[in-house]
Amino acid sequence: MKKPDIELYWNLRNEMTRIRRFEEKTGQMYGLRKIGGFCHLYNGQEAVAVGFIGAMDHEKDKVLTGYRDHGHALAAGMDPDGIMAELFGKVTGVSRGKGGSMHLFDQDKGFLGGNGIVGAQIPVAVGVAFAQKYKKTRGATAVFFGDGAIHQGAFHEALNLAKIWKLPAVLICENNQWGMGTSWKRVSAVDDFSLMASAYGVRGEQVDGMDVLAVRDAALRALDDARNGNPVLIEARTYRYKGHSMSDPQKYRTRDEVDEYRKQDPIYLLEEKIKAANAWDEKLALAQDEAADAMAEQAVAFAESSPEPALHTIYEDIYAGVPFFMGGHDAATGRA
Amino acid sequence: MATMTYREALNRAMDEEMARDESVVLMGEEVAEYDGAYKVSRGLLAKYGDGRVLDTPITELGFTGLGVGAAIAGMRPIVEWMTHNFALLALDQVVNEAAKLRHMSGGRLSVPIVFRGPNGPAEYLSSQHSQALASYWVHVPGLRVVSPSNPADAYGLLKSAIRDNDPVVVLESELLYGDKGEVPDEETLVPIGKAAIARAGTDVTIVAFGRPVKYALEAAAILEQRGISAEVVDLRSLRPLDEDTIMASVGKTGRAVVVDESWPAASVGAYVAHRIASERFDSLDAPVEFVSSEDVPMPYNHALELAVQPSASKIVAAVLRALYLEA
Repeated sequence: MKKPDIELYWNLRNEMTRIRRFEEKTGQMYGLRKIGGFCHLYNGQEAVAVGFIGAMDHEKDKVLTGYRDHGHALAAGMDPDGIMAELFGKVTGVSRGKGGSMHLFDQDKGFLGGNGIVGAQIPVAVGVAFAQKYKKTRGATAVFFGDGAIHQGAFHEALNLAKIWKLPAVLICENNQWGMGTSWKRVSAVDDFSLMASAYGVRGEQVDGMDVLAVRDAALRALDDARNGNPVLIEARTYRYKGHSMSDPQKYRTRDEVDEYRKQDPIYLLEEKIKAANAWDEKLALAQDEAADAMAEQAVAFAESSPEPALHTIYEDIYAGVPFFMGGHDAATGRA
Repeated sequence: MATMTYREALNRAMDEEMARDESVVLMGEEVAEYDGAYKVSRGLLAKYGDGRVLDTPITELGFTGLGVGAAIAGMRPIVEWMTHNFALLALDQVVNEAAKLRHMSGGRLSVPIVFRGPNGPAEYLSSQHSQALASYWVHVPGLRVVSPSNPADAYGLLKSAIRDNDPVVVLESELLYGDKGEVPDEETLVPIGKAAIARAGTDVTIVAFGRPVKYALEAAAILEQRGISAEVVDLRSLRPLDEDTIMASVGKTGRAVVVDESWPAASVGAYVAHRIASERFDSLDAPVEFVSSEDVPMPYNHALELAVQPSASKIVAAVLRALYLEA
């Protein structure tokens, strides 16, 4: 057995803690009506984004995901201030207040979005991988989606395309067990999503999505395969603690079920491993927690103090160059 | 000036742009080894190889989405849909992805992609293969939509579409592919957003786009024999729409007939008629006339399918109504 890389463990704990605390703050802000609309929290699933994205080469690799995108955005290194400001709808947000919770973007970090249509990001991601191969960048693209999305035609069409064109793509199904309020078991013909890979002649792998180290190992293997033209499908078994979105009363599951999964909490599991390696440092843990809280507080302060977008910005970010509008609207005055 | 077919003009546009810019690739069903279902991509595989001219599986959603992804990652894909009827399977990727990614990213992403293929009625193809679906695309902010009616515009508009930094939908026509016309020998770009006066006139304005422009010109020739001077405006670009050219013409003639081979409701033609009525109310001497397809699915029988669509005689009748003349 290889020697534990304690520094890595602490880094992973820090990344997961940052996401957890950011999301807890996000939930509070939603409760205070600072954030509106559909807001999908990532609590419980941190090991998947941190384990996978942390194993990527941010110089050349790309990440796409669905609407539960705060965790992936943070794991990709996006600025928490810009994310929170986007959730607040402020002009300083990463998408200038046009996208909101579901549509975070930062191409400088290789993060090509938060996508609101279930599964639609999968063909798009495979197209990004196509460009990587065409331009010989040696980069790979990881695309995250849920257990609901895997039944979309978009998934199946995209995986087939990735295989026949030997594209550097890794498709990661985050099976958090609930597609909104529908148990994945009720709507899937198979009880192991990694089996779906075999239909397209690609390697499928199931990984414990609560174990950040297992996800990281799977990511390193998959990225290596993908760079050599062999796309991979990964099913990460995970669990979300919060509702599908903030408006979900969660009548479909029991408190006991959620509590059971909290015993496998990804941050707790990693802490146990650090302790087993005799490397626990209470002061360091506390410092990480406090820094994560400060990060979330700072993000809120930034979002609060940021200006609202001016109304004329509704006419911006639609076309390259000189914009135009149907209906005889004059963009300068906003009048028809 | 060389005479070439509409099909050859589209081919020349893609050939020139692929030679000019290595980021341009062509993908779609049968575009490579088969040379295109309608032979528009003839010879491109042989010239550019299978890395740039790619046969896809029959997965419109999948390969359209793949094209969008390639576009946001810095390429300029041309996605050929065998027909626009089949593009309905890809509607999500065009409407929710291509048209929205720039906006949702606060302007961070560009989606320079062309979606092209034949739209509108062909012959003997019944209900699923003879639909005019311009409205599906023209409705959507974030897209540009062009509809060339002749080989020169097919060439010049497709070149502009490929160079555009936004997603552009090109509405071709199966029944125009074999039409011949003059195309400039030198490289020419037709700007997106500019209509053309296909025929100058003084008594009535006929506004059309795509294949019905031919019927409008036929109608204008028939009307000339009755001493009526019809001006034909070929929209060429549907989004953006060149309202200046439309309104200048109607301001001059005082009468307008709008022709659209789509169904009437929520169509480009209905929209253009509304804009004319709003903007030129004071100059109009008659209500705006509208010639669309009948509001029915396309039948297979040839006499029936012709009866469904706009025709020169239907346009002539509409012009006469606009002029308060007997048929």
